[in-house]
Amino acid sequence: MKKLDRNQLAARVGRDIPEGAYVNLGIGLPTLVADHLPKGREIILHSENGVLGVGPRPAPGEEDEDLINAGKEPVTLLTGGAYFHHADSFGMIRGRHLDFCVLGAFQVSIAGDLANWHTGGSDAIPAVGGAMDLAVGAKKVLVMMEHLTKKGESKLVERCTYPLTGARCVNRIYTDLAVIDVKPDGLHVLEMVEGLAFDELQRLTRVPLKRLATAA
Amino acid sequence: MIDKFFPSAEAALADIADGATIMIGGFGNAGMPAALIDALIAQGVRELTIVNNNAGNADTGLAALLKAKRVRKILCSFPRQADSWHFDALYRAGEIELELVPQGTLAERIRAAGAGIGAFYTPTAFGTRLAESKETRRIGERDYVLEYPIHADYALIKADRADRWGNLVYRKTARNFGPIMASAAKCTVAQVRETVELGALDPEAVVTPGIFVKRVVRVAPSLQKAA
Repeated sequence: MKKLDRNQLAARVGRDIPEGAYVNLGIGLPTLVADHLPKGREIILHSENGVLGVGPRPAPGEEDEDLINAGKEPVTLLTGGAYFHHADSFGMIRGRHLDFCVLGAFQVSIAGDLANWHTGGSDAIPAVGGAMDLAVGAKKVLVMMEHLTKKGESKLVERCTYPLTGARCVNRIYTDLAVIDVKPDGLHVLEMVEGLAFDELQRLTRVPLKRLATAA
Repeated sequence: MIDKFFPSAEAALADIADGATIMIGGFGNAGMPAALIDALIAQGVRELTIVNNNAGNADTGLAALLKAKRVRKILCSFPRQADSWHFDALYRAGEIELELVPQGTLAERIRAAGAGIGAFYTPTAFGTRLAESKETRRIGERDYVLEYPIHADYALIKADRADRWGNLVYRKTARNFGPIMASAAKCTVAQVRETVELGALDPEAVVTPGIFVKRVVRVAPSLQKAA
């Protein structure tokens, strides 16, 4: 089996973002999708801190401390981009104006519950940022994560044991092993990586998966 | 003649009293009014409640205010960062109270205060531990959480340019919480890079109208960053 690396996974997510989409990419792994959007498509990236039309990282020496993304990294603005204040920015999110958001996850349940902000440890300092707003607000919530934890446990679970970011909010999950849709009747496998048999994916995943006839 | 220009940050903050609730603009360091925060530390006020998206980065600005132990409580969405060590230490020692608020709820609670809204229902955080013990309601097909406005005694914000009526324009993503915080506080103090003549700002492009701003302090670009 050929697991996808981070860049391949980002490219796989990017392939499903259509021309004209308004998209928010979460902090961390999802930010990588920006580098792998198909060439030739006009896709407008939103950042929580008040930008539509986020462009690539500036050249060294060209950074502007007043122009950053939600991860507080320097970015640029595409021609046609716009700035706005935080209440407008989250109005766009909650008001269902974003076509997609891409979020990382600790766990996703078979019902589409998302846990991605808190490991639940009593000594952990909690920080939520905009994750809960994105989880309820975007028209489609895409999760991008490794299929298994470092200990080899499935991150797809019956019920999330970590504190929830949002209930029943995830539409599609992209992992380094498979692409899976969350449907009312359960998890549907759309794709698997080369060399991975459905039975093996099911064995690793623990929660019941449905196989679409078209899944390779 | 209306003249909201103040000669110094010290003068603009002189009347803040212990126990005040103060909104501080900025998302990370973008839009953080560093010169006003330095003046707030020098002023000596204590037992503050602070509203900001974060809980300070590294050793300057808001982090320095926390380090000086002037803050009793902080409302923010994202306190934990790689360089938030002053907050982390206070939090672990039980020396600061944290009210964690999802970022969009934080923004809307601030906006609601400025707009005279008594409370509002938001779908954000429904079914999570951040909505525990809060009133909820199903409206149509969605579940919502009741949230209340956040009012402040002062808002300290950073803008790019101002005129003597207090009209403000911002620069890029340094705008962030500035406009809504300006509306939610009894007294808003804006640190700006440049002051201009009345009429020099394009009325079509004014972002924060002067009605929301009480005091303006020009801070030379070299002093915009925290010492």
